[in-house]
Amino acid sequence: MDFALSEDQLLLEQTVRGFLADRVPIERVRELRDAACPNDRTLWSELAELGVCGIRVPEAQDGSGLGLLDAAIVAQALGRAATPSPFLASAVMAPTALAALGGADAERWLVGIASGELVVGVAATELFSVREGAGVRRDGGALRGKALMALDACGADLVLVALDAGTLAAVRTDADGVAIERLRTVDATRCTAELVFDGASPEAVFEGAGAACSRMLDAGRVALAADALGCCESMIEQAVAYAKQRKQFDRVIGSFQAVKHMCAEMVAEFEPARSLLWYAAHAFDALPEEAPRLACHVLSHVSEIGREIASVSTQVHGGIGWTDEQNLHFWFKRIANARHLLGGPESLRERAATLQGLAPAA
Amino acid sequence: MDLGIDARYDAFRDEVRRFLAEHRPAGPIGPGEGDASARVAWLSLLIEHGYWARTIPEAYGGYGAEPDLLETVIMDEEFNTAGVPRGLSAQGPSMLVPTLLAHGTEAQKRHWIGPTMRGEILWCQGYSEPGAGSDLASLQTSAVEDGDDFVVNGQKIWTSTADQAQMCFLLVRTEPGAKKHAGISYLLVPMDTPGIEVRPLRTMSGDIGENSFNQVFFSDVRVPRSNLVGQRGEGWKIANTTLEHERSSLNANAEGTWLRLARLMKSETVNGVPLLASPVHRDRLMRLQARALSMKHHAMRMLTCSLKGESPGVAGLIVKLQNCQLNFDMAALALDVMGELGALYDHAKYERERGFWQAHSMFSLGLIIGGGTAQIQKNIIAERGLGLPREPR
Ligand SMILES: Cc1cc2nc3c(=O)[nH]c(=O)nc-3n(C[C@H](O)[C@H](O)[C@H](O)COP(=O)(O)OP(=O)(O)OC[C@H]3O[C@@H](n4cnc5c(N)ncnc54)[C@H](O)[C@@H]3O)c2cc1C
Repeated sequence: MDFALSEDQLLLEQTVRGFLADRVPIERVRELRDAACPNDRTLWSELAELGVCGIRVPEAQDGSGLGLLDAAIVAQALGRAATPSPFLASAVMAPTALAALGGADAERWLVGIASGELVVGVAATELFSVREGAGVRRDGGALRGKALMALDACGADLVLVALDAGTLAAVRTDADGVAIERLRTVDATRCTAELVFDGASPEAVFEGAGAACSRMLDAGRVALAADALGCCESMIEQAVAYAKQRKQFDRVIGSFQAVKHMCAEMVAEFEPARSLLWYAAHAFDALPEEAPRLACHVLSHVSEIGREIASVSTQVHGGIGWTDEQNLHFWFKRIANARHLLGGPESLRERAATLQGLAPAA
Repeated sequence: MDLGIDARYDAFRDEVRRFLAEHRPAGPIGPGEGDASARVAWLSLLIEHGYWARTIPEAYGGYGAEPDLLETVIMDEEFNTAGVPRGLSAQGPSMLVPTLLAHGTEAQKRHWIGPTMRGEILWCQGYSEPGAGSDLASLQTSAVEDGDDFVVNGQKIWTSTADQAQMCFLLVRTEPGAKKHAGISYLLVPMDTPGIEVRPLRTMSGDIGENSFNQVFFSDVRVPRSNLVGQRGEGWKIANTTLEHERSSLNANAEGTWLRLARLMKSETVNGVPLLASPVHRDRLMRLQARALSMKHHAMRMLTCSLKGESPGVAGLIVKLQNCQLNFDMAALALDVMGELGALYDHAKYERERGFWQAHSMFSLGLIIGGGTAQIQKNIIAERGLGLPREPR
């Protein structure tokens, strides 16, 4: 009986954090922000060697078949280092859906995902929010329409596109009739894009994929929450370190109680959110009835505390926190962006209410 | 992460449910509520089944089970759902007992723990003084050794339940020459000893809820030497164990309060429509659920650390701060959703739940202050938890 990370998980955390500190210092993130897509394939193949890409791929397809909690540990480390990567879509959401769907195509792609050679994006925004007339439909065997804010799609080889709540299509990004345009957000470290389909032929269409879609979204919510929480962790670490070193009025500013209290408030929000994240991630594999509600709660909760931590950490830094040079804004913006993906706090809370019978079903 | 979801725990949950289907307390069990017999009967029954004092050794009046995280969680969940108290929320069980388990002599443990857990003896905490609140170590109440006794003189204040308690755990200055933290001792004092006078203070919540608040005056009060816990001059260290337990015991039951709030919002109607139908209020309810769940799972994490004997570090220091504010915010939503009727009090016509939510709002505010204010908690988190420079003390 144990509510804690295991030895293996602590080792995983340490390994990934160590690797990222070494290979993706913030200077590297600065370089990637100007790329057409920030997701660097060389880095991704190095992460594949660490087992990161196949963390959610079943062992039968050469993955490590680990739990969502293990994936959340990696996501938190990626957020903490502000590392751009297709982890969310390709290592968490797509494998969750494909493993649930099964079949020869899915298994072949899972093998590719685990090796890092196949990167899979996810276009599912329209399942919960249709804007600008978006939506992808079948026209005979071909796909037509557009999908907004698709995740990790620019540099991907394949995308999973939700046609409706029960149907997922898999399309190669280099197929005829597929156009991908990066939609830049405030956050330069995450890839979001518009996909336009003009008669593209999918590799496969999965019917009866409702459960797989829901699981995919819930896994994504937990991983995105973990990523944003990793950003919070870094922003707190940076604020505390700065408060110990910056002097004003002949004292380090961390000796001023107002500054101390800002730091205390941040960590007081952070730690229980981490406990909630562990539980939500664990529940995803172990307690499937509770999992959807917890996935909604953890992402909306981290979005709320994240906004506050992002603001307060910046304030602790004073003017330099507002500069591009200080780099703090990479985390600020990554937290800000997460709030707009996979639901948004209000709609996630409404879904949590519906799931436990506290709100009328939509 | 291993929550051991196996048949053994299903059986345990069934057993708890069966118990709850058959048993209820005969009356209110809180200190100052009704007579002691309902309390003692209920707590004794709980101990007999192992739902209270579960891990305290049998020799000290407990049930003597091995600590088990999931059993604790299951008991809390089921008692919360049933809306039945799983034990006595009071300073004796939550603060004195852990202190005695850590620092008491064998005789003290055998003598005091059992009756305290059964609710036969109620305790009050004699720490704060008019001049020593946040700066507790500057306390002045003195105790001088005289034969087999200490002789105590001085004044305590803000002493909850002093007017109901049979016993007081008291901080006194025994070494007047020593530095302020080194001169303090920890005594167990019977409240019926000659020379003790208790003067109640009226609190902001008036006559409703847990509102006993007192001044306690000591003049030449003789306390047997055998009632000293630990050594002379060690009282500060010992009191800090107690305060740690106070802070972690405040972990208790945000989820229970949230469930009560959700029940209120299901049953109350405005213009014939349940309050839950208001999307604005529902959103606030869900926001609070996420916070309550995070504190619930945080408690599981803290419990795991304590079972393994590991220090939770800064994660342990934030519990009191977060839980007290969360309780205040839950009460605030309850009051808001009741609209026009939310302000009713003093058992006015149409008042809901006998004024519980207004009282809970004020009581939670008291808890934000008591046991170390929010500002003091933040100092502790920043200094001990994050290593920022210390305040002068
Ligand atoms: C409901 C309730 C129950 C209580 N029960 C008991 C009990 O049973 N037994 C008992 O002994 N005591 C009890 N207390 C007393 C409680 O522990 C004290 O009230 C508390 O520690 C604060 O002390 P004080 O009242 O002297 O306020 P002060 O210490 O005078 O504080 C006043 C304000 O100054 C701030 N402040 C003080 N020092 C600092 C600092 N260094 N940095 C920043 N801000 C600071 C405080 O945060 C507060 O906002 C209870 C109090 C309440 C409200």
